[in-house]
Amino acid sequence: MSESETTSGPAILVEGLTKSFGEVRALRGIDLLVPQGTVLGVLGPNGAGKTTAVRILTTLMLPDAGRALVDGYDVVREAAAVRRSIGLAGQSAAIQEELTGRENLELIGRLYHLGRSSARSRAAELLEQFDLVDAADRPAKGFSGGMQRRLDLAASLVGRPKVLFLDEPTTGLDPRSRLGMWAIIRSLVAGGTTLLLTTQYLDEADELAGEIVVIDHGLVIAAGTSEQLKDRVGGDVLEFTVPDRARCGDAVTAISKIGESEPHVDGETGVISVGVGSRGSDALIEAVRTLDNAAVETRGLALRRPSLDDVFLALTGHAAEEDGQVERRRRGRRRGGGQHGGKDTAKAAS
Amino acid sequence: MTAAAAAPARPPGGPSLVTQARWAVSDSLMIAKRNLLVWMRVPAYLVFTVIQPVMFVLLFVYVFGGAIPVSTPGGYVNFLMPGIIAQTAAFASFATAIALAQELKKGVIDRLRSMPMARSAVLTGRLAADTVRMVVTILIIVGVGYAVGFRFLNGFGPAVGMVVLATVFGLAICTIAAFTGLAIGDEESVQAFGLIWLFPLTFVSSAFVPISTMPGWLQAFATHQPVTIVVDTMRALALGGPIAANLWKSIAWLAGIFIVFIPLAVRAYRRAA
Repeated sequence: MSESETTSGPAILVEGLTKSFGEVRALRGIDLLVPQGTVLGVLGPNGAGKTTAVRILTTLMLPDAGRALVDGYDVVREAAAVRRSIGLAGQSAAIQEELTGRENLELIGRLYHLGRSSARSRAAELLEQFDLVDAADRPAKGFSGGMQRRLDLAASLVGRPKVLFLDEPTTGLDPRSRLGMWAIIRSLVAGGTTLLLTTQYLDEADELAGEIVVIDHGLVIAAGTSEQLKDRVGGDVLEFTVPDRARCGDAVTAISKIGESEPHVDGETGVISVGVGSRGSDALIEAVRTLDNAAVETRGLALRRPSLDDVFLALTGHAAEEDGQVERRRRGRRRGGGQHGGKDTAKAAS
Repeated sequence: MTAAAAAPARPPGGPSLVTQARWAVSDSLMIAKRNLLVWMRVPAYLVFTVIQPVMFVLLFVYVFGGAIPVSTPGGYVNFLMPGIIAQTAAFASFATAIALAQELKKGVIDRLRSMPMARSAVLTGRLAADTVRMVVTILIIVGVGYAVGFRFLNGFGPAVGMVVLATVFGLAICTIAAFTGLAIGDEESVQAFGLIWLFPLTFVSSAFVPISTMPGWLQAFATHQPVTIVVDTMRALALGGPIAANLWKSIAWLAGIFIVFIPLAVRAYRRAA
């Protein structure tokens, strides 16, 4: 590796990264570029390869092929240097529950080879910043889920990393803790930390990340800003539910003439959605009329801006169908079920 | 050592070899300190480690003991205690396996491996803490033994030797446990199956009854397996009798276990996913 790649280059550069576990090809050649001081959201369902990518970038796992530089250092050949530049918070709170919040952070500080007093002051600083001062001297076992994750995030920052990796930082948190976590992450980013964030939550990527890549089955299937990705869906989305599930088919037939794409029916929630382009309220009026003519009773008929859920569906709609049950169930749980691939997924525009 | 090989040879780069060696030691000590702190913070850990051998002592001394003929000076309690101590040391390794499996599952090991600390420290620190834990536990059991009539008959030096041998034996089993915990990586499975083989190994040995009371086919196994050899050595150290031959065999067995299982544990740690 040449010297020129340090400091002024991108915080993360990934080229053609692949990784297989036996028959399973977790990464099939992904490229990523994260400029310093920016946030990249890596979005994908469970099993898409997000965690594998993070594990390779944080030197926990070796890639099969391709290369990855973090802060200018090669993750394979210069792993020790990479570790000095990064922070990692994984999917669960990697803290020692028997120890207090303060002890956890001081221990991490000492393992970063800070002196006793700097480890202590760094811990105090982070407890303050993460609103954990009151609980600082209680064993972490008694912390709420949100507090444990905050402590975990604090631990990942002890070494003042230049590049921070957060692997699904809010998975399993209640909505309020999630918002708290978002606020903290936003303030970190405002402070100039480069962040790579993986998430299954589309609103989370929307909320926190400037650039988003969508990965599925180990491939980057789309990249861009949240707005660019939303444009892919093609304008507004019309959405409603049919209380009488037996009439879903009729409803779909009725509105398929209005939509710009095939309507999508969520198998679990019964939510029917269809992209209507820029025809907005005209489409809405038309839908009311058609559905009324078809004598289909609907609830919550509304027009909305496309969410990243719609983008995700548009990009991975039928891929989700091929995936295992686990993956579908996991995704179905988010936000009380947005659109995701059910058995009766009508193919969205691709 | 691995860290040294991987360190970059560039200006802003790695610390010197001396610094790295110093870190390897200080990081291990930090991990050891953490593990001991956790251990002390939850008294249940010690209670569970100690309560089982105490019940065994009481059960064997007062219930079965009368029916087990031994020619040991001081009677059955003196025969029993070295066996109980060896078993306690071996079973103390459960905690090693379970803790490592837990750390793996919770992502603690991932966090530590992503930090610029010595990678060896998680294992060496744990084994260092386990040594302390082992010695404390063994001394408690020796104390319990004294309360029910056990006595060292061979002087202070050999008595210390027995405690040391028991500790090293326990540590050898800990390296097997560390490998098991990291390789299985699931707390419940480790607890249920990971070290189940320790039961036949400690019971089909000279730990509780003289091997001569077992059926012939079992004697062949019991005589030559490492627990018997270690327990016989401990017994000789505690009570007197020929030591050298069994001591060398014990050392060979324990060295063999370390040589096989330390690299396996290190490999499992590196690959831990």
